[in-house]
Amino acid sequence: MSARKSVLLWLPRAAALLLFAWFIFGPLSNLLIWSVAERWFFPNRLPSQWGFRWWEYVFRPQGQAMQSLWLSIWIAVLTTVVCLVLSIPAGLALARGRLPWRTLLLLLFLLPQAFPNLPIYISIAQIFYTLNLNGTVLGVVLVHASHGLVYSVWITTAAFAAVDPELENAARNIGATPTRTFLNISLPLAAPGIMASAIFVFLESLDEFTGSYFVGAPEVRTLPLLLYTAAAGGSIQVASISALILLVPSIAFMFVVERFLKADVLAKVGR
Amino acid sequence: MSASLHIDRVEVAYGGVKVLKGVSLDVAPGEFVALLGSSGCGKTTLLRSISGFVPVSGGAIRVDGSDVTAVPPERRDMAMVFQSYALWPHMTAAQNIGYGLKLRRMARADIARRVDEILAMLKLDGLGERMVGQLSGGQRQRVALGRALAVNPRILLLDEPLSNLDARIREDVRHEIKALQKSLGITAIHVTHDREEAMVMADRIVILDAGTIAQQGPPEEIYNHPASPFVAAFLGAANAIRLVAKAEQGATHIEAGPFNGPARVRGAAALSGPVIAHFRSEAAELVEAAYVHDDDLVLRGTVRQVSYPGGFWRYAVAVGDRQFMVDDDRRREPGAAVGIRLPPDAIHLYPDRAS
Repeated sequence: MSARKSVLLWLPRAAALLLFAWFIFGPLSNLLIWSVAERWFFPNRLPSQWGFRWWEYVFRPQGQAMQSLWLSIWIAVLTTVVCLVLSIPAGLALARGRLPWRTLLLLLFLLPQAFPNLPIYISIAQIFYTLNLNGTVLGVVLVHASHGLVYSVWITTAAFAAVDPELENAARNIGATPTRTFLNISLPLAAPGIMASAIFVFLESLDEFTGSYFVGAPEVRTLPLLLYTAAAGGSIQVASISALILLVPSIAFMFVVERFLKADVLAKVGR
Repeated sequence: MSASLHIDRVEVAYGGVKVLKGVSLDVAPGEFVALLGSSGCGKTTLLRSISGFVPVSGGAIRVDGSDVTAVPPERRDMAMVFQSYALWPHMTAAQNIGYGLKLRRMARADIARRVDEILAMLKLDGLGERMVGQLSGGQRQRVALGRALAVNPRILLLDEPLSNLDARIREDVRHEIKALQKSLGITAIHVTHDREEAMVMADRIVILDAGTIAQQGPPEEIYNHPASPFVAAFLGAANAIRLVAKAEQGATHIEAGPFNGPARVRGAAALSGPVIAHFRSEAAELVEAAYVHDDDLVLRGTVRQVSYPGGFWRYAVAVGDRQFMVDDDRRREPGAAVGIRLPPDAIHLYPDRAS
């Protein structure tokens, strides 16, 4: 291959890659800079004064950011538990049982995603208001769970479907009751998929804004809500730092999910 | 610990399709029975209804006289070796073998001792701590067998356990399983579509066809006396030719036809009228066209094709509109007129219902 030809080949690719990287890392680096900018006014390309004052502000004991972070994590944990408690039996039934309305049931869990979020959350907020669930952690958890169940039910169903039924038969055959078979064979073999779905639900809950806003605010102030308030109130530094805090679990768990979610499980999603 | 098994007119239907149409079978304690048949004949369904995975729609299954038809699989005290082995990939070989013992609440030390015993018996020493994925096909097969044998089951069920092995290993494993089964005195039901495997391993062969038992008996009996054209064809006597017979003094006299000479065949029952004769290619011999014999049946045809597989010649001989493969030591030219000589005990005669 001639030198000119190879340049023609890699140049557009390198340019596309750079553009792509800029789309992802551009806003991120902007966040990073803002988090350590103490003074940054318009015509300047970079902050005129750098420092960690805002980090101290966010992380000081009486600051709301840490409180919001722990609340967000607590809500995410509760949401994950609710989703797992529902989706493990549901996933097993959908994967193994010959349910007559199987496809319909699976689609049912997709419904909250199929419609525009806003009208749904407004009606949920209305209903929750009559049930005194507005502004409670339980209300926010329920809203997050309705959203997270899509991931957990679909992925858990796929995880159980990927377990060879013959492995369960082998356990029954050697003397295991259906419960023992589930605990010793099906559950451990489906665990990586269930784990992956739990992580998805956790991250979704951690980042969720719209539902939390309509059902939780102002009493339940999760980190995304705090971020919104800070950004709306002109405190771009607090918003940037909150955003960076939110990024940490997402990135960490993405590596874990990548390890847990195997091709054979993914191949069964939606089957 | 071995038990007798009585299968009494068992019927199984999948959504209106009858897969087993009233199968009855008695198995004595310590007996090795092979269920043989082509795919879709119901042999696997029968094995799975014995193990309790397939619900029975009619009839009864009894083990040592007690009815287990409605008993769930885990309380039947049978152990199956699955075709896919179905070893649990999240456990080691030793954990796979010991799982059934753990379920029986055996003490940890006793389980370890029993597992070591099984590993040694199956020549798997030192492989106990391996994960299933780190074992070869032959080793997995033995772990699957060990898992089944560890619990001392009343009945051992084998679902085509050798079909995933290399042909060379398979020969050895056949004899190993047979020897183990005999030394342990365990009742065994073996499902296979491999005729030779069934013949080598089983005390009794049960041939299934379309959900019913076509014939059962010791290997040499069903091989030499197939009861129907189906069994004859299934056991290798796939060559068939239509003839006309006449019963004479307790023997069947085959009348000379356009492509065959006369012959006399002593069978269980003398036949008259149109018959169909089945024979194995190995039992046939090539002779001159003019060859005449009192008892032997001679079919007359012409050589169509010649090949040399090594050590002998293989001829495709056209007899009427049929073509048979016959091996012979002598070289003949295509187009030569020849006779196919069949000794009386190589011919299996059945009334020809089609004509």
